[in-house]
Amino acid sequence: MDKIVIIGNGVSGVTTARHVRKRDPNAEIVIVGSETKYFFARTALMYVFMGHMKFEHTKPYEDSFWEKNRIELCFAHVNEVDFENKSLHLENGKTIHYDKLVLGVGSKPRKFGWKGEDLPGVQGLYSCQDLMQLEENTAGIKSAVVVGGGLIGVELVEMLRSRNIEVTFLIREPYFMAGLVGSGESEMLMDHMEEHEVNVKVNSSLQEITSDNNGRANGVITENGEHIPCQMVGLTIGVTPNISFLENTSLEMNQGILVDPFLQTNHSDVFAIGDCVEFRTAPPGRRKIEQVWYTGRMMGETVAETLTGTPRKYLPGQWFNSAKFFDIEYQTYGSVSDQLPEGQHEFFWKHSNENKSFRLVFDSSDNRFIGLNVFGMRMRHEVIDRWLNENASADYCMEHLNDAWFDPELYRNDFQEFVTKYNQEFNKDIHLKSKSWSRILERIKV
Amino acid sequence: MNTAEPKYRITGKSIGLGLTAIALVVLLLAAFNLDLPSIALILVLVTLPLGMIVFGYSSYLGLPIGIKNDGVWTRSLSNRGLSAWIIGVGLTTFYVLLYWFPEILGQGADGAKNYGLIGFFDPLSYAIKGSPASQWFVYGTLYSIAILGLGIKFIFKYRHNRYQFWRTVSVIIAQLVLAYFIPEILEGMNQDKPYFAKDLKYFFPLNYYFFEDWHLNNMMASESGTLGMFYFLWGLVGFLVVTPFLTYFVGKRWYCSWVCGCGGLAETAGDSFRQLSDKSLRSWKLERWLIHGVLAYILIVTGVVLYGYFANSYNFMGLDIYTYFRKPYAFVIGAAFSGVIGVGFYPLLGNRVWCRFGCPMAAYMGIFQRFKSRFRITTNGGQCISCGNCSTYCEQGIDVRWYAQRGQNVIRASCVGCGICSAVCPRGVLKLENGPEEGRINENPIIIGNDGIRLKN
Repeated sequence: MDKIVIIGNGVSGVTTARHVRKRDPNAEIVIVGSETKYFFARTALMYVFMGHMKFEHTKPYEDSFWEKNRIELCFAHVNEVDFENKSLHLENGKTIHYDKLVLGVGSKPRKFGWKGEDLPGVQGLYSCQDLMQLEENTAGIKSAVVVGGGLIGVELVEMLRSRNIEVTFLIREPYFMAGLVGSGESEMLMDHMEEHEVNVKVNSSLQEITSDNNGRANGVITENGEHIPCQMVGLTIGVTPNISFLENTSLEMNQGILVDPFLQTNHSDVFAIGDCVEFRTAPPGRRKIEQVWYTGRMMGETVAETLTGTPRKYLPGQWFNSAKFFDIEYQTYGSVSDQLPEGQHEFFWKHSNENKSFRLVFDSSDNRFIGLNVFGMRMRHEVIDRWLNENASADYCMEHLNDAWFDPELYRNDFQEFVTKYNQEFNKDIHLKSKSWSRILERIKV
Repeated sequence: MNTAEPKYRITGKSIGLGLTAIALVVLLLAAFNLDLPSIALILVLVTLPLGMIVFGYSSYLGLPIGIKNDGVWTRSLSNRGLSAWIIGVGLTTFYVLLYWFPEILGQGADGAKNYGLIGFFDPLSYAIKGSPASQWFVYGTLYSIAILGLGIKFIFKYRHNRYQFWRTVSVIIAQLVLAYFIPEILEGMNQDKPYFAKDLKYFFPLNYYFFEDWHLNNMMASESGTLGMFYFLWGLVGFLVVTPFLTYFVGKRWYCSWVCGCGGLAETAGDSFRQLSDKSLRSWKLERWLIHGVLAYILIVTGVVLYGYFANSYNFMGLDIYTYFRKPYAFVIGAAFSGVIGVGFYPLLGNRVWCRFGCPMAAYMGIFQRFKSRFRITTNGGQCISCGNCSTYCEQGIDVRWYAQRGQNVIRASCVGCGICSAVCPRGVLKLENGPEEGRINENPIIIGNDGIRLKN
């Protein structure tokens, strides 16, 4: 009977353990991690800080779950992995042997080598420890600077604002979320942040972080030479695989741990999953490194099958993601970028005064649906995923928007207006159909 | 913590609290038998709801629309702090007095003149139904004011959400019209006739005395006329036809979070406490035993009561039906569970303790909702990030995340369909909806997005 050891107590590792247990009642499963003993959802850290939840609410499984499912939790830090002797050396002096090893070691906030980036009062936001540090760093302060206009950045800004801390938000690009959303949507988001009294500065890159006499961060200087005093600096310019403890071993790594489509590393008994992974060849239509919650979960599901005797390739389907910018929800499906690529058309609609927008991208020659960005409305994943898989036309999508609508009951939508505008812009004559349960529930034909 | 609020919001909230405090002080003075002019009653009837509304309006004034849960777990009131305990003890005391010591509240014994708090409400009772107040009239009045005032506060809080808006409008109207004014006015018009329950939505088994001999007799007494007969037939149809049918089509939410009085108070006055419900598997187990136990209990009691009715007997197998069946249920379930624990413990155990663990009506509808209904909470494919907002804010203690993160629809007997899980979800994952029964329960879902797993044979 194999002993499967998983390093990393995040969503990837935990999903692996759960799915191995589902498929093999006898496997010996150990999860080693030093962040927390029990798995928690790091996506909820912001809600703990804002007082929406207590830390215990972030745990998706009760503490008794692990023993009941015979998943051994080893709350310890791994200093070293000895791939040749198949063993882990822990900080507490113990050694753990493995037959199969799964590395789900996650990532850590990225740094750029700025002057002052390691000062007290400067931090990123990823782990439970980061949250505790944030409590310390924000105690009694009045102002902060957050650097980096990504999803974690806006979360950190929202967290700080919930405690009425003045926030300056430095964004390198000319507009917020450049690369993911167009300027129309970005403007809406920036207006909304202004409504939440965030001081957004675009085209602003960090030059250095300054310190006071006690060696604590007390401001930033931008590349434009502007000095912004503050008492805390958040660095949220992305995350990078947390693999430094694996350097100088026989494990092949680049930016992340290199894996094949089976999530296997250069060692046949060692697999890697989640944020720390870099694919040697990117999966079709995807990037080599994808650090989002659900890709970690999917890699865990996949590697669990391989570990239990059914080798399976990691085949992520259509890209999707979602986020929330203060009060504005965002969902994306398929492929949408800020600059419309050659050969593609887009349909864009924005509400005149509410925070809602809709951008649908399609192929200009054959009208094939390529991707969708929505703000302030919810869409039905299953239906959109099917449209993408079955190469539905944009006309079909626009006609059947009601099937894909996921806002709560009694909400109103603007689909009729969308269709009218779409007909005008693209010289079509399509008609909005009402919702059909039989179309919605039609399962994917395998 | 740094929670400086703009001045106008603090001022507004203070005015609201001040108005409410005036009303409460007057009520307290009345309770201590101070002789107050009837203008004082008008003052209370205006300032009590107005204070709540001003407080509610000011709480969200100047804030962008959206979820307002900042600081829920750091505030004393919503995190079982000192103010929660004070309110809990106050409410519990009120319920104990109301059920078992009404004379302390001023109920005149055996037709004697009322005094104290209840006497204070006599002029209102005369105005509505032409007879003196009772402890139940005072209770109904304060209850309706709480649903109105704090319901409007809830609407300000969730004004971006049309489901929450209409649901709350519905519970406010149901309480004011169906539970308060219509029964009280009808009571006034039929004073010489025997009493029976006149709240059109107060169906058996929540109304546990519907089938008791005195109640059946009163409805069918010749002097009750067509009104009595109407209420008798409506009660039967409501229990046997309306409830199962509506629950089949839309789930038990049509009752629990749209019209029910207990649910109405929970959703409005109890909104600040919804996060306190226990989410553990242990409490789920307790819930199933307790709520179905209460349902079985009332069915047995009712069976015995009906036996007595038809057999024309006060005894069942040598036991006095009143002493051994009706009275214990009314005491333990009707008063102690639904009132003292159900509402008194809001700030400590959450706002739906009665609805989750005790209500036989909820149990009855829950059986339909679980096994024969079109209602479900749909999980949106693979978008869940397991954050747990849904579970935290589920007043019924359902671990919604357990389902959402595995792509499974939420089909639970206890869900009252309040829709807050869907509202607080940051990723648009949850949707309450009614749809075909086929495929409603998906035990082994495959989460969308992972084609390697989805395409397996």
